Amino acid sequence: MTLRILRPGLLTTVQDRGRFGLQHLGVVPCGAMDPVALELANGLVGNRRDEAVLEITVLGPEIVFESDTLVALCGAEMEARLGGMPMPANRPVLVATGTVLNARRTTLGSRAYLAVAGGIQLEPVLGSRSTYLPAKFGGLQGRALRAGDVLPLVENVAALSAKRYESLRNKKDFAGLRTVRTVSWSAPALTLPAREPIVIHAMEGRHHGLFDAAARRAFFDATWKVTPDSNRMGFRLSGPVLARSEAGEILSEPACLGTVQVPANGLPIALMADHQTTGGYPKMAEIAAADVPRLAQLAPGGSVQFARCTLEQAGELRRVLRQRVDSALRSLAWDFRK
Amino acid sequence: MYAEFGTTLDLETNQSLQALAAALRARSLPWVRDVVPALCGIAVHFDPFHPELPASVLEYFQVLIEEAFKSASKFEGSGRIVEVPVCYDLEFGLDLKEIAEKTSVPLEEIRKRHAKSEHHVLMVGFSPGQPYIGGLDPKLSVPRRPTPRTVMPAGSVAIANAQTAVYPYETPGGWSIVGRTPLRVFDPAREPASLFAPGDRVRIIAIDKKEFESLL
Repeated sequence: MTLRILRPGLLTTVQDRGRFGLQHLGVVPCGAMDPVALELANGLVGNRRDEAVLEITVLGPEIVFESDTLVALCGAEMEARLGGMPMPANRPVLVATGTVLNARRTTLGSRAYLAVAGGIQLEPVLGSRSTYLPAKFGGLQGRALRAGDVLPLVENVAALSAKRYESLRNKKDFAGLRTVRTVSWSAPALTLPAREPIVIHAMEGRHHGLFDAAARRAFFDATWKVTPDSNRMGFRLSGPVLARSEAGEILSEPACLGTVQVPANGLPIALMADHQTTGGYPKMAEIAAADVPRLAQLAPGGSVQFARCTLEQAGELRRVLRQRVDSALRSLAWDFRK
Repeated sequence: MYAEFGTTLDLETNQSLQALAAALRARSLPWVRDVVPALCGIAVHFDPFHPELPASVLEYFQVLIEEAFKSASKFEGSGRIVEVPVCYDLEFGLDLKEIAEKTSVPLEEIRKRHAKSEHHVLMVGFSPGQPYIGGLDPKLSVPRRPTPRTVMPAGSVAIANAQTAVYPYETPGGWSIVGRTPLRVFDPAREPASLFAPGDRVRIIAIDKKEFESLL
């Protein structure tokens, strides 16, 4: 009823959908950087969409499953081997006790999600299992996973996994292994960057007018690079320096997932899952909610352009993405009910 | 979604926002994740992918806020006084010298004026439990630093724009550090988890390094 970490990878944390309802006390939402991949991974193993999973960043972990477990790997494509063979991604995979997942480097995208049937069963903190690294709470002792860590799964994970696997259509054996079984179909990857620079839709922010004309143009014209000091809190972008038309301070006010703020050095920061709940730097733009998961898949060094959109267009992008995720999940739900 | 009710620090506006937030929360809408009363406005965060989300969120919120204003009761502050020991040694007050240069107020006077200001918690935000405290002595007004520090030591007491903040954790931050408190500002295992809440009054007690260490 556990899985054990043999090698942790660069930054592997436990994340669910996030910690909500406490932002008025400054409690950061956290949660999966790519919530679409989280939802698909959970759907593939028959979980609720907000169950806790492992978020894997750029360099993957080595993990041994200590009971028969139905798993799914979604989000970034990566070199990952299961029982010594390349692991099939974006589909449910039933692994036998003792099987080792050896994940290496991501090859497209930067964050992969490993879901297990029943979810990771750590004690929730303030309503969520998501790890918040700066404050050291949530997940496993509020920290990134280390070699030797043991994560609890549901008590009956073997029986639950077998039952869920049995209910799937088009099952097939995998690479002649007895220890790994899967299916002959896969879910779509909806958030991976096809080619760079990726195009991310953004609305003008509340303080757009505080910047000079050149800066307002440059934000939407330039190709921005994600700098190496980017993290789960924010993506720092390098490109043209964005100058204000008038100096002066604004009062701190609430910030949001996808807010693009510009400190006085003129270089924008896109706020991500561990974003501060309030901030006092002017807001150049607000990224459309539907495009935040795709931005989250960009690794340091990756490039991005911003395309101007309206509130209505952002809403439409949101509805389209919701439909695509729903239709991917509906066919799975049908399978699991059978 | 953010609704702004003013652009200056005003205790009365701030207190009516606390009441408005309570009225909005009482609606328990399934797609509303967070209601955040701020210094002079209120933010409502929603789940962008919730199946019950209204088609026109902005119009819906306008009606909602107008209704909440009618039903909101008067907020008189929390009635609590939170005592905060602060050590202003240069070892902790990393920006004291810089503030002295910018404001032409001598070091010792900065310490005194900061401790004696009429502090009120106007908002909790940025990181878990971090208070934005209004009422800073106007002589100590400094803007934010041009480039935020990538690491502010936990417990840092910092000032900017007529306010004081206490940083509960090691996080990036752009305010000027005057000292440090040994108190645990936020503890998820404690009830309540947050030492500060909007509406609290704050009394600062200046301590030396020895006292600081004994309180850790």
